[in-house]
Amino acid sequence: MAALALISVAVGSRPVPLGAVLEILAGGEAADSDHHAVMGLRVPRTIAAAVVGAALAVAGALMQSLTRNPLAEPGLLGVSAGSAFAVAMAIAVFGITSAAGYIWFALFGALVATVAVALIGGMGTGRIDPIRLVLAGVALSAVLSGIIGALRLSDPQTFNALQVWEAGMLAGRGLEITLTVLPLILLALLVALPLGTSLNTLAMGDELAASLGVSLVRTRVLAILAITVLAGGAAAIAGPIAFIGLMVPHAARWIAGADQRWVLRLSLVFGPVLMIFADVLARLLVWPGEMPVGLVSALVGAPVLVLLIRRRKALRL
Amino acid sequence: MLTTHHTPTPITSRPVVVGAALAAATAALVVLALGMGDYPLSPAEVLSALVGPLVSDSPDFSSTVVLEWRLPRITAAVVFGAALAVAGALFQTLTRNPLGSPDIIGFSTGAYTGVILATVVFGGAFVGTTGGAILGGLGTALLVYLLAYRKGVQGYRLIIVGIGVTAALHAVNSWILIRAETEVAMSAAIWGAGSLSLTSWSDVLPAVGVVLAALPLVLASVRPMRQLELGDDVASSHGVKVEPTRLMILGVGVLLTALVTATAGPIAFVALAAPQIARRLARSTGIPLTHSALTGAFLLLGADMVAQQALAQPIPVGMVTVILGGAYLCFLLVSDGRRER
Repeated sequence: MAALALISVAVGSRPVPLGAVLEILAGGEAADSDHHAVMGLRVPRTIAAAVVGAALAVAGALMQSLTRNPLAEPGLLGVSAGSAFAVAMAIAVFGITSAAGYIWFALFGALVATVAVALIGGMGTGRIDPIRLVLAGVALSAVLSGIIGALRLSDPQTFNALQVWEAGMLAGRGLEITLTVLPLILLALLVALPLGTSLNTLAMGDELAASLGVSLVRTRVLAILAITVLAGGAAAIAGPIAFIGLMVPHAARWIAGADQRWVLRLSLVFGPVLMIFADVLARLLVWPGEMPVGLVSALVGAPVLVLLIRRRKALRL
Repeated sequence: MLTTHHTPTPITSRPVVVGAALAAATAALVVLALGMGDYPLSPAEVLSALVGPLVSDSPDFSSTVVLEWRLPRITAAVVFGAALAVAGALFQTLTRNPLGSPDIIGFSTGAYTGVILATVVFGGAFVGTTGGAILGGLGTALLVYLLAYRKGVQGYRLIIVGIGVTAALHAVNSWILIRAETEVAMSAAIWGAGSLSLTSWSDVLPAVGVVLAALPLVLASVRPMRQLELGDDVASSHGVKVEPTRLMILGVGVLLTALVTATAGPIAFVALAAPQIARRLARSTGIPLTHSALTGAFLLLGADMVAQQALAQPIPVGMVTVILGGAYLCFLLVSDGRRER
């Protein structure tokens, strides 16, 4: 797994112009200050992508398993949007610009959005309908990003500060933000990974799981906390990014089958790979400019959503 | 066997009253909107400014403000709002689902893709952008339909496929815009969020004219649509060819959406909400087209007034409608869930 992650970082850097040269430079001494600057930008960015990818993928895997909903993921269900909105508010209204300051807003936003979407999407039906949940998430995301957009246009001063929170970007997100969020995300990952066994049991049904000695409440609470921290942390770094958390767990399940332990572990590896790939694509598609990576993930991930909804069997997790 | 194929619905007073009230409310809002702006006018002043040129030969300043500056935009809001609402009503009837409106299913975004492509390739001429919008809208409609088709088109699958296609097209739109030369991109991005900032009659009239020209098509599709509402089997036993009719209604709806999108950009929410609000107001079983049109006109004009006045800087009306529309969608989901309980 570690080897794969390493390869993905290398692949992530190579397609970039001068990539081959830079790779050598990164391995040896950075002689040229120009190239060194590029590396200084690119390496933090790749690290950010890896962290965000891992967090989103594991959050998606947890959500899908917990809600038994194959369409669940932080982006589609509006958790990322809620988190990004809270950060945008922290910046625009309270003037907080340090990552250490707004990470708490991000977590709070993620939690509120999770509850709100669950209430809107599942209210009164007893069972939670996957499609209704997605609609609720999409509606919530539309409202929140609309408000951010309106704020951005009404006060161009905040233009640059808010753009990330509208579409999801990795450009210019420095190492400082990632490092601030990283401990929290690592902690959440440590909580999430051991949950695989109890999630496996939960998949057999609540009653059976309870009789097998799995604490339903404890598993759910831990999983929701982990999802909140992972999705919120990812959004604090890169803004709302959809579809990564959707695609990765499905790919993992495709390889590993229904065993949640392996789905979680594989998600942890595939997430960074996909995210770095999307970020490289974001830079290559409109070279020498670049696209917000959130849009690239939509471009790649939307067909997966269409495929999933067409496969009726996939809807019953 | 029955001699008549179509039993006319008895005209009850409620729809008529509601219709008249909607028309009056829209008219009042128009007067209010005409008076709003940097040069505020009272409703009485607006009315005298409207009739001013008829009475005297030399129009005064307020007449110029009202007739030349504000009326074009407001006309656009009313006509476009009505067109979007009718398109929404057609789609919702077709999919038998309150969520089946062009903005949710992604036709608006597709039409916008067409507009951007036309602008980038041909420059921003009216014919090019309108053609691009129609082609883009129809292409997206076809794509979404084909992708959602699996032994028939089921409402919710259509919507999720629409959401996916919308997300992808949204990305494609930004991609083209970022790739395009700055100048072209700017002119295409101006109405990227849906804006009514048309300034003069020469901008508004062609668009309004084309939308009005589509009216006969709408009227032609009303009767078969009512038959379809009764169910496919009933409709075909009444001599309606179900699939061609469905395609025609689809075409008309896409056409209306595309025409509006070509001039004003993708404006969400009106097509989604107006027909449902109209249906609730009129308490009818089907979706009433006239009431929908009036409600749509009222909503878009109101949203545009909010967009211009609510914040320090005017924002595109599309942003207001997205916020309202998302909130409305949440409400729809909640009330839908309550009903199922």
